[in-house]
Amino acid sequence: MTNSKLDFGAILKQMATELTERIADYEADEILMIGIRTGGLWVASKLHKLMKLDSPLGELNISFYRDDFSTLGLHPEVQPSQLPVDITDKHILLVDDVLYTGRTIRAAMNEIFDYGRPASVSLAVLIDRNERELPISADVIGKSITLKPGEHAKLSGPEPLALDITKTG
Amino acid sequence: MTGKTLQTDSEGRLKHFLTTEGLSQSLLNSILDHAENFAGVADRPVKKVPLLRGKTVVNLFFEASTRTRTTFELAAKRLSADVLNLNIAHSATSKGETLSDTLRTLEAMHCDMFIVRHANSGAAHYITTQVAPHISVINAGDGRHAHPTQAMLDMFTIRKYKGDFTPLRVAIVGDILHSRVARSEIHALNTLGVSEVRVVGPDTLIPKDVESLGVHVYNDMTEGLTDVDVVMMLRLQRERMTGALLPSAHEFFNRYGLTAKRLAAAKKDAIVMHPGPINRGVEIESSIADSKRSVILQQVSHGIAVRMAVMAMTMQRFNDEGDS
Repeated sequence: MTNSKLDFGAILKQMATELTERIADYEADEILMIGIRTGGLWVASKLHKLMKLDSPLGELNISFYRDDFSTLGLHPEVQPSQLPVDITDKHILLVDDVLYTGRTIRAAMNEIFDYGRPASVSLAVLIDRNERELPISADVIGKSITLKPGEHAKLSGPEPLALDITKTG
Repeated sequence: MTGKTLQTDSEGRLKHFLTTEGLSQSLLNSILDHAENFAGVADRPVKKVPLLRGKTVVNLFFEASTRTRTTFELAAKRLSADVLNLNIAHSATSKGETLSDTLRTLEAMHCDMFIVRHANSGAAHYITTQVAPHISVINAGDGRHAHPTQAMLDMFTIRKYKGDFTPLRVAIVGDILHSRVARSEIHALNTLGVSEVRVVGPDTLIPKDVESLGVHVYNDMTEGLTDVDVVMMLRLQRERMTGALLPSAHEFFNRYGLTAKRLAAAKKDAIVMHPGPINRGVEIESSIADSKRSVILQQVSHGIAVRMAVMAMTMQRFNDEGDS
């Protein structure tokens, strides 16, 4: 089952507006947007374009930092992390596709801090499932959803972005 | 069961790493792909990822080694594992403890991985048959048999500089007879599909049956280097030589030392490799070892990434199996 009613064009535009307001007081070279591979990077590259950011887009592959390496293993096909500039004292806009338990964001922040000490980290997510297991929340949320028990949400993309909701069991 | 079948599980995933012989091309490529990702860790301010946090890796060295042991140690530490360095030659066995009792003792300390270096061929394989099922064994060199992580870091280096393996002509030069590195390299190069593997050296230092491994033998250095893309020099293993295999090191250099003149026979962009430690003026002219064509120090850096990849891959299988 696919939830095709979401107008991602409008949602992304709204997110870009909110993010632009958040960073209004910062210099262009103080800002660094980072997308989490793979879905978060799709969302980030669209926001990056909409916001006309000058600084290059960072890419994060958190697979070395996951707390479930034991069950999921390594994925060599996912490209390694690439942070184009020194992140120290930067205001980081971290972007992911779906905020669920918060564990991905925890892993991403652990990795980011191994690269340096940012001035701040803000989180933007396209979808918030409202089922987090850690004290982590997003600053900018595209769309908030509530799934029924046994339902899973996965973003497919990059062109076009679509949210697939499947049921197990 | 042979080392070939012992090292992968029923789904073909790496469980132990004992030899490059018998592993599929896709598995060798997957080691190289993983290593590519791990190589980036060295460029970060914090050169560490938490992948093997809580795991204990034992460097079980029955034979002296500095380079291999330290790069394994660094690789394990960059994966956040705890590392124990045991120099067995100087400890338990000299007090009369048998190898299998030493292994039982280490298992009781809840270790997860043994990195084994031993002077006897087949030692790592034997240890693999003796350890508890959750433990992974990585061969860090056994006698004249195999040194698979050295071979894979050499493959990683070749891929970095040359890209595709298929058109390449590779010459392995020197003491093939005593070299576990050469054997592991020959298997890996042929599995990865290079166009030609040559071994170059005096008859006394070339094993009799070596052609059956799929190589061409050259006794003349200049002929052997003609039009090659990669020159892999080997160390003259004088500590393993018994009997009169060589008149002298000086004589060896005169016939098989890598000089600028001989290297001129190879392709213009040929790279020069050496597993180390190098004997300047014995296997290789100093100016060549320090030249731009030499990738000897890059090999060392690549060794850490390749060993991280192999360690993570073998640990992954166990976790994965335990959870299903």
